[in-house]
Amino acid sequence: MHNLTIAELLAGLAQKRFSSEELTLHYLARIERLDAKFNSYITVTPELALEAARSADKTRAQGNAGSLAGVPIAHKDIFCTNGVRTSCASKMLDNFVPPYDATVVTKLAQAGVVCLGKTNMDEFAMGSSNETSYYGPVKNPWALDCVPGGSSGGSAAAIAAQLCAAATGTDTGGSIRQPAALCGLTGLKPTYGRVSRYGMIAFASSLDQGGPMTRSAHDAALLLNAMAGFDAKDSTSANRSVPDYTATLHDKLDGLRIGLPKEYFGKGLSPAIEKAVHAAIAELEKLGATVKEISLPNTELAVPCYYVIAPAEASANLSRFDGVRYGYRCENPSDLFDLYTRTRAEGFGDEVKRRILIGTYVLSAGYYDAYYRKAQQVRRLIKQDFVAAFNDVDVIAGPTTPNPTFCVGEISDPVAMYLEDIYTIAVNLAGLPALSIPAGCVDNKPIGLQLIGNYFAEDKLLNVAHQFQQATDWHRHTAPGIE
Amino acid sequence: MEWETVIGLEVHMQLATQSKIFSGSSTAFGAEPNTQANAIDLAMPGTLPVLNEQAVRYAIMFGLAVDAPINPLSAFERKNYFYPDLPKGYQTTQLAEPIVGAGHIDIELSDGSTKRVRIHHAHLEEDAGKSLHELSFAGDSHGLSGIDLNRAGTPLIEIVTEPDMRSAEEAVAFAKKLHAIVTSLEITDGDMSQGSMRFDVNVSIRKQGSDKLGTRTETKNLNSFRFIEEAIKLEVSRQIDLIEDGGKVIQETRLYDGEKKIARAMRSKEEANDYRYFPCPDLLPVAVDNETIEKIRAALPELPAAKQQRFINKYGLSNYDAGVLTAERALADYFETVAKASGEPKLAANWVMGELSGRLNKADINIKQCKIEPEFLGDMIKRISSGAINSKQAKQLFDEIWSRAHGAQMEGKAASTSAASGTLADSIDSLIEQLGLKQVSDTGAIEKIVSDIVNANPEQTAQYRAADEGKRKKLLGFFVGQIMKASKGQANPGLVNEILLKKLQ
Repeated sequence: MHNLTIAELLAGLAQKRFSSEELTLHYLARIERLDAKFNSYITVTPELALEAARSADKTRAQGNAGSLAGVPIAHKDIFCTNGVRTSCASKMLDNFVPPYDATVVTKLAQAGVVCLGKTNMDEFAMGSSNETSYYGPVKNPWALDCVPGGSSGGSAAAIAAQLCAAATGTDTGGSIRQPAALCGLTGLKPTYGRVSRYGMIAFASSLDQGGPMTRSAHDAALLLNAMAGFDAKDSTSANRSVPDYTATLHDKLDGLRIGLPKEYFGKGLSPAIEKAVHAAIAELEKLGATVKEISLPNTELAVPCYYVIAPAEASANLSRFDGVRYGYRCENPSDLFDLYTRTRAEGFGDEVKRRILIGTYVLSAGYYDAYYRKAQQVRRLIKQDFVAAFNDVDVIAGPTTPNPTFCVGEISDPVAMYLEDIYTIAVNLAGLPALSIPAGCVDNKPIGLQLIGNYFAEDKLLNVAHQFQQATDWHRHTAPGIE
Repeated sequence: MEWETVIGLEVHMQLATQSKIFSGSSTAFGAEPNTQANAIDLAMPGTLPVLNEQAVRYAIMFGLAVDAPINPLSAFERKNYFYPDLPKGYQTTQLAEPIVGAGHIDIELSDGSTKRVRIHHAHLEEDAGKSLHELSFAGDSHGLSGIDLNRAGTPLIEIVTEPDMRSAEEAVAFAKKLHAIVTSLEITDGDMSQGSMRFDVNVSIRKQGSDKLGTRTETKNLNSFRFIEEAIKLEVSRQIDLIEDGGKVIQETRLYDGEKKIARAMRSKEEANDYRYFPCPDLLPVAVDNETIEKIRAALPELPAAKQQRFINKYGLSNYDAGVLTAERALADYFETVAKASGEPKLAANWVMGELSGRLNKADINIKQCKIEPEFLGDMIKRISSGAINSKQAKQLFDEIWSRAHGAQMEGKAASTSAASGTLADSIDSLIEQLGLKQVSDTGAIEKIVSDIVNANPEQTAQYRAADEGKRKKLLGFFVGQIMKASKGQANPGLVNEILLKKLQ
């Protein structure tokens, strides 16, 4: 059961081949037996999961099951869950139990999903390797000495290790797409505003977006159907109707115009990945797509621009973690200043502190114009590059990452780590939707094809990805040695 | 050396919305600590702000009332600093793009002239919570501070003036005029003692005739007109002393203690925070179209200046009386009802500004808490103008009305809405009857009393007849007093005068 897609599980549940309770027990047993190797979960919630599973079985028997009734998934530990510890993989929130659910959690629960637990991640979603977690690094099921990517590395590893059917992730600069690529999964970052950010612990508010991580584009469409939509509690959520993303999966790709940005195939890209991506694009051509080279001239500015804006927003977003109302508080503070400084010095990890410092610096009097204001101007240029490109093409394609997964501890230079997100970051700055799908393997390590769409063109992206997955079986490859 | 004072104000005004500016929590004052703070007000992780549209409407109303342009696209920013009563670690406020642009308020000076005070801008922002230091605690909490987040997120508009005021009196005149405008708009309850309007005064001095501004200090959080006046006067004399002694004014933030009447420095400019403002990514820019503005403009209530002019024209009131009555919308409304009910606007103005306001002040309550219906007071005034009672009797009657309506409050005790206070179920005529206040206008009866008194005082009568004009007046008073006494105050004084003069001829 554990290697089935959501679509297959729903069929099995509908045909009573297994109940959600059986399915959930099966997954819980696997987590219990196997997750010590991967460290993909921070918190597992067996009682709540079984309760939800029984309730799903009941609604199914009564004939009023939700669209995802009984499907066991996991939530990235950045989504607040009422009554269940939500840590953001930080010592700061190790004791934090929210009294509310994130909107994404509520919506998926309404659709009937069973939440098995909360997945590991980079601390406050800051990282590309899942090495910054307070709860220890996550191992890539394809190669246990390697990272699963980040920051949604726990979600990716849990799916790849078949410890859940699907998971939620969040993507601020590639945090869904990069781990999806490195773990052989489908991961979709929706258009900014498509999915509510309410209850999703903020890293960089103008860039953060939740989305599905799954075994297939079809599964991603099923999850997005339930996750997306306007939320009055999030002022930046889009007041715009949600199509049925499964309805257009089967559309043919005849006449689809694909743009290949020349900047995404330059130096720094692993030749093996370049080859695999070109092969995947040739496959799409066979399905009727036409391909042309395009240019996104400001691509090289995306990483530096991002590393001004994201830390600036983070420096303010993380100010609330002050030891006063909830979360970690240092012992025996001597005064208010001591309370603040020691709580934050002891509660945050190094990468989080680094970004708070960068963000504070770029917003400081005398530096604001040179950094923050300039970065906002660059952000507009990057967005304009995409807007211009979408005049000529329907979808932009390229590699998700420059390299396959790397070893735990291999990249210690922060800037080298930041450059792992070189192809994904611009999408967040522009607010566009993009997904990563498995497109081959390099040395038995999966790599991803990234498809970038126009605003709110998730349906188009999922359609192209599904058609690709109908013609290929890369998404069906599973990590070696998984029981 | 002659010094000129230069004053600018920053006013933080709480808006009278039902809920907070970015959350659905109630904004009611006086609840148990932290009972009006939800997950958003507590800045729990993942929570997001949603702008209260009523707060935006109120800000627009204010802008229109002070003749300021409304910014079609204003934006919220984050002002970053750490403090325990600031849950997010930043205040969401407006800086570069405030909702209200430059406007002005005209104030009247004591010499009768009018002065225009320019408003630089006004912007929307959220209030912080309150830190309660140990004295507010019971028990063994020594050394601890408590935090009450009920106020956190209460909508404010901050109004920033140009440095156009030249004396404490002008600053107070501005503050009062502003108070009259915003309470007439009903966008704030205007209750300064509860912190609904808090004034920061920026004060500097310069040599008479100089056009260069001196170094200013900012005295923060003054919450009464009296404190504004005292704090400015104190600061001006401090600055003059400092400079005349060869010192220099340092740019700093100061606190004024209204009880002890002293002020102290809080922090200097060097110690000031770098607030690292940047646009709040959780909130979209606030777009206001012309149609909305015009709709709000059309629904604006009459403003104090227009109302004052109308009172002068329609009721024949003096400029001063019209100014007092229009300083508060509730007072103006009360007066107009009394004027209408009595048909005697001038008399109504006298009673509302005199006896009634005196009683309210003594009881420390405001006109909204007054339990005497204005129609009832109007009825009473009607009895004066019809001659049914004289003004002396009216005062006696009013005392009775007040004590029936407010009971113990007339002794200045705390306002109470309980049933302890009396009732005014009786009509005004029945009250007059009960108190035996019916004025005697029966000529025969009065003539008899007058005759009796004149006959009983032959000495004074003779003196009167022999006296000159000035002395006669005094003696006349003696006779009137005796007659009124004999009539138990019920004789119509006009008739008494008339008949007495004839008798003494």
